[in-house]
Amino acid sequence: MSEEENILSIENLRVYFPVRGGVFRRSKGFCKAVDGVSLILKDGQTLGLVGESGCGKSTLAKTVVGLIKPTSGSVKFKGNEVLRSGRSMPKSYRREVQMVFQDPAESLNSRHTVGAIVREPLEIHGMGNRDQQNERVIHLLEQVGLPASCSTRYPFEFSGGQRQRIGIARSLALNPDMLLLDEPVSALDVSVQSQVLNLLMELQNKLGLSYMFIAHDLAVVKHVSDMIAVMYLGKIVEIASAEELYSNPLHNYTKALISSIPLPDPTQSTSKVIIPGDVPSPINPPPGCAFGHRVSSPRYPESIGEILEMKEIEKNHWVLACPCCVSG
Amino acid sequence: MTAPKERSKLLQVSDLSVSFEMDEGEAQALDGVNFEVGHGQTLGLVGESGCGKSVTALSIMRLLPKPMGKIPTGNILFEGVDLLQLSPDKMREVRGNEIGMIFQEPMNALNPVKRIGDQIGEVYLLHHRMQKKDAWDKSVEMLEKVGIPSPRTRAMEYPHQLSGGMRQRVVIAMALACSPKLVIADEPTTALDVTVQAQILALLDELQKSLRSSVLLITHDLGVIAETCDEVCVMYAGRIVERASTQELFANPRHAYTRGLLSSIPRLDGVPKTKLVAIEGMVPSLSELKPGCRFAPRSGLHHPSELLDEKLPYREISPDHWVEACPVCSDS
Repeated sequence: MSEEENILSIENLRVYFPVRGGVFRRSKGFCKAVDGVSLILKDGQTLGLVGESGCGKSTLAKTVVGLIKPTSGSVKFKGNEVLRSGRSMPKSYRREVQMVFQDPAESLNSRHTVGAIVREPLEIHGMGNRDQQNERVIHLLEQVGLPASCSTRYPFEFSGGQRQRIGIARSLALNPDMLLLDEPVSALDVSVQSQVLNLLMELQNKLGLSYMFIAHDLAVVKHVSDMIAVMYLGKIVEIASAEELYSNPLHNYTKALISSIPLPDPTQSTSKVIIPGDVPSPINPPPGCAFGHRVSSPRYPESIGEILEMKEIEKNHWVLACPCCVSG
Repeated sequence: MTAPKERSKLLQVSDLSVSFEMDEGEAQALDGVNFEVGHGQTLGLVGESGCGKSVTALSIMRLLPKPMGKIPTGNILFEGVDLLQLSPDKMREVRGNEIGMIFQEPMNALNPVKRIGDQIGEVYLLHHRMQKKDAWDKSVEMLEKVGIPSPRTRAMEYPHQLSGGMRQRVVIAMALACSPKLVIADEPTTALDVTVQAQILALLDELQKSLRSSVLLITHDLGVIAETCDEVCVMYAGRIVERASTQELFANPRHAYTRGLLSSIPRLDGVPKTKLVAIEGMVPSLSELKPGCRFAPRSGLHHPSELLDEKLPYREISPDHWVEACPVCSDS
């Protein structure tokens, strides 16, 4: 894989939050929200990221856009390192990578007009004069399927789907190359969800965008992604192409996750693998493999003390080689 | 939509209408809703937000916000007794005792400053006039039944000490404490992860079998419907547009809205990166509804004006498969 093809490569990224307590608020330990994640996103493609709540998906996305400072690791954008110690991310990077948030009602300023919301990134980065900016705002709104007259209205006047379109228009204001979509359709109804997914796929084709698509709905992720990474308790457990991951899941967690999706087809017999319990706390993770511990796998003791690494089992199919969760 | 065929139905809702008084005028949330839930049966209500699913549940429980919520027409027969005619005291005896309710957001449904054991025990204190200690023991027993590990210590804890899935188990324990004949589950798994959702659905199924309760399951997830329900009602803008057995509905959807809903969900076996079938537009606002076919503006099909202005009848297309008889939207 040549370096130029990768628009984003994350290497060994760690985000640890100190857990403070006691009289002097001393650090008692760490919450390992993201624990050694390496990912690659190829230019013009979509990388899906799935996992249960609390597994670190959103922390990872926020770290990549620079909203959270990582503990260690490297993030390269088009081959250039963007994590510079003691300094913020380069301004060009912040222009080229944008984020769309989950809840469109909370990520839009309710006291600003839609026009002002979409224009704000242009003002911050000093792009063009007022007339050019207004022209751009109207163009952006039309691009996401909203009439130009929207720009003088306020967010509360819009439905959930339309608000998400406003959020997308804002993220496109600076002509980014890459979008981080953090659960962009989870708050929407099914019929509106498909409208927004269609819009996102259309924009990707038209503007040549790369997406990092975070969601917990596996069917949605499969529909839009080229590659999918499965995350569990701060670690990536499996990466493969969308087709491969669903037809040939290797890690037990991926298998269980896929089998727990309710299928909209009553004729299919359901043989569910029900995972007991919840995701363990990242503050006090079990000593060995976190998933083997949750399902009390008989081979769990073998994973204690072992350093688990990603292995490429088939071409472009990587799995966290843990003795209790991967057979063979 | 049917004349009561058998007397054996547990719950019969007929011609139920609900309206809310708003500053802008009256908003009709439900308009002539009919359905029945048989003994031991699971009926699913599916639809998008704002279609009236939760209002249906709240009117059965007589929990509509007062004084804005009104029920101008209709009756709700529970074991032959019209719940709408009961006095508030009598209704309180039904609620939680014969009809249990599971709410969507467990954090909001639980009292944050009361121990879990006390919260479940409240049901026994109210309906069985038990001693406090006995009620506590019964709560612990119930917690064990819903699969909470070390129930004796957990009963001493507060809701914030539990995870989302555990909290939902507590809410289920509370709803099922008195072995109700009917359980209304309003989006019981929407706030949960898929893996926890699978746990909760399996638990509900198991408890339903052991208590022989009937369930009215409200959800927007057609996958959940397909896996758990015997019969489904599809709701749109305050009306039921289609009702059939789950098998029949998924194999043979006859209303344009049902078809749109079914084809708009991305499927695991679908072709990736293709355009999804989307229903254009959005759910209409309740204050601008017309009496006739409400799906007309989104269907993309031309409707003559009489279909919009006159209330449409229901037609039984095949045995037990009912559809709102709009000649354009449904192939009846």
